[in-house]
Amino acid sequence: MAEVVLENVTKSFGDTVALDRVSMTIEDGSFVVLLGPTGAGKTTALRMVSGLDTPDSGDVLIGGRSMKGLMPAQRNVAMVFQQYSLYPHLTVRQNLEFPLKSPLLNTLQADIDRKINSVSEILQIKQKLDNKTTALSGGEMQRVAIGRALVRDPSIYLMDEPLSSLDAKLRADLRIELKSIQANSGATLLYVTHDQIEAMTMATHVGVLDNGRLVQFGSPREIYEDPVSIYAASRLGQPRINILPADVFEGSPAGAKLIGLRPEQIAQGEGEESFVTRVEHLGDQTRLHLSFKNHDLITVTDAHTELKSGDIVKIKPDKPFYFDASGDRFSGREK
Amino acid sequence: MSFSVTEASSRQKWFAGILVVGYALITMLPLVWIIATGFKSSPDAIAYPPKIVFEPTVEGYVNLFTTQTRLSSEAAATPDQDLPWYESLVREKGMTIVGPSRFSERFFNSVIIGFGSTFFAIVLGTAAAYAFSRFKVPLKDDLLFFILSTRMMPPIAVAIPIFLMFRYLGLNDTHAGMILLYTAVNLSLSVWLINGFIDEIPVEYEEAALIDGYTRFQAFYKVVLPQAATGIASTAIFCLIFAWNEYAFAVLLTSGTAQTAPPFIPTIIGVGGQDWPAVAAGATLFLLPVMVFTILLRKHLLRGITFGAVRK
Ligand SMILES: Nc1ncnc2c1ncn2[C@@H]1O[C@H](COP(=O)(O)OP(=O)(O)OP(=O)(O)O)[C@@H](O)[C@H]1O
Ligand SMILES: [Mg+2]
Repeated sequence: MAEVVLENVTKSFGDTVALDRVSMTIEDGSFVVLLGPTGAGKTTALRMVSGLDTPDSGDVLIGGRSMKGLMPAQRNVAMVFQQYSLYPHLTVRQNLEFPLKSPLLNTLQADIDRKINSVSEILQIKQKLDNKTTALSGGEMQRVAIGRALVRDPSIYLMDEPLSSLDAKLRADLRIELKSIQANSGATLLYVTHDQIEAMTMATHVGVLDNGRLVQFGSPREIYEDPVSIYAASRLGQPRINILPADVFEGSPAGAKLIGLRPEQIAQGEGEESFVTRVEHLGDQTRLHLSFKNHDLITVTDAHTELKSGDIVKIKPDKPFYFDASGDRFSGREK
Repeated sequence: MSFSVTEASSRQKWFAGILVVGYALITMLPLVWIIATGFKSSPDAIAYPPKIVFEPTVEGYVNLFTTQTRLSSEAAATPDQDLPWYESLVREKGMTIVGPSRFSERFFNSVIIGFGSTFFAIVLGTAAAYAFSRFKVPLKDDLLFFILSTRMMPPIAVAIPIFLMFRYLGLNDTHAGMILLYTAVNLSLSVWLINGFIDEIPVEYEEAALIDGYTRFQAFYKVVLPQAATGIASTAIFCLIFAWNEYAFAVLLTSGTAQTAPPFIPTIIGVGGQDWPAVAAGATLFLLPVMVFTILLRKHLLRGITFGAVRK
């Protein structure tokens, strides 16, 4: 395991700037989650670290060493690909053995068997070990792909949406497994996900990518509770943060153009009146769609609420976020 | 009643079966005829109407492998009791064996030249195809087209220049010359076919292998090659069939040491004209290696042709 540093990494594909001067330090033993919508450059960032692609400018350092000109094999990284990339001509077991049998690791057969045994146990793919990988379900393929990384002990694990194809239960199981593996072994991870729970529960740090730029980097709570912009605030939170013009509520600071309200930042039962337009019972919570001075809002209320559409609810902002016209967090000082 | 998109109904299967068997019978008829003629006696071979039922003999095969001369009357008068079976067989016709024929040499030439040129066409073709498929090659499309353009005329159209070049280089009637020529002709085919097969293999597998600690060449060898094997095998069959059956260049450029079987077989002349059973016997033996090779690679060939139809 080692510290991984990205220094001003820039990468373009033709006119598309996939990464724009990204600098980031992934501390030894940390679990860094990259967030961003599709096309933000998350996969590209992983490929820069792995050496499958090289930066146009800037540098990647692993354990303090510049990786310029080094092949992926020389970097000793493990990667779970977004599209799995299991070897179709090999069985599950042979896929898992493949990195261990490489000239890089050249592991003893006894060690190989032991590792495959424990990893296939964790990933619940034991009974599939002798199947061809083409005869697996999507979720099984994804677990084999994770396994092919986990049998190794690399300087960093790179995982590109590794749990995306799994059902909710398995996903929860593996989330806990991955986190405990990381916590126990001190492994370093760079992890891409769109899943809020994964980001909030597993990450020690979250990086938010916006069109190739790293706009915020910090602990998950920091990203959630102190976002630098509307964009960063929108990455986390279910339902999403509501953005309204700041002047619809009283008491907004002068100069703030927009107000951001997460469900827990909307106090119900006091303040000004809004209409309930829709009630969604999700089981553990209930979502209220509100209309407030012709602006739509979504918030959460008691799971067993008696409210129905047409009812009136009083709402009031509670420690909201304010943003300026460009969507950046409003600092309070007038510009 | 259930319908399936992929599974044919039993009536469709019967129809397809009859069609395939019927077609196979028609295409195999000449083959059967050649094999049968090989076991006929000379009169039976040219009998009219043709004989479907005949008394089989290996005369043709004996004639194929031996050179014979007319038995002198003294020798005929002193019958030797421990003559080998083949000598007795030819003596019945008033002939005697004076030595082996050139057939096995020519056949062996065909094996060396056919398999040798296939080997080189496949090795070089795979290397070139991989490079075209995976690396940024300047003017790639033009180069590929240029390679294919060598196929746009019949190779024999350049027979005269090749003949002159071979003479100048001393390659006339040499194994190396023929291997070089057939490799050159087959290379365009192998580059194109194998390039198509390698293009079908997503580059992600190699990337995974690079991450897993392998070098570029090892990734090619361990991941690309096994997946391209079916395609390469079917390409090899096509290359071998061309080199094995090639006649025109063989006639032009070989006459002795390096002569292959195709120009040799028609020259088998018996006493009193063409010895058809011997020619048929030669043709039968000549068919065998390609047949065996094709049957060995049949599994790959079938998959190779449908390669890339559906894949993840
Ligand atoms: N090989 C490539 N050639 C051209 N453009 C590319 C290439 N790889 C990525 N891009 C572009 O770079 C940008 C970032 O791509 P990237 O794959 O990193 O996105 P991502 O954040 O992983 O998205 P997703 O969540 O959909 O996986 C995209 O606009 C993409 O189209
Ligand atoms: Mg991606």
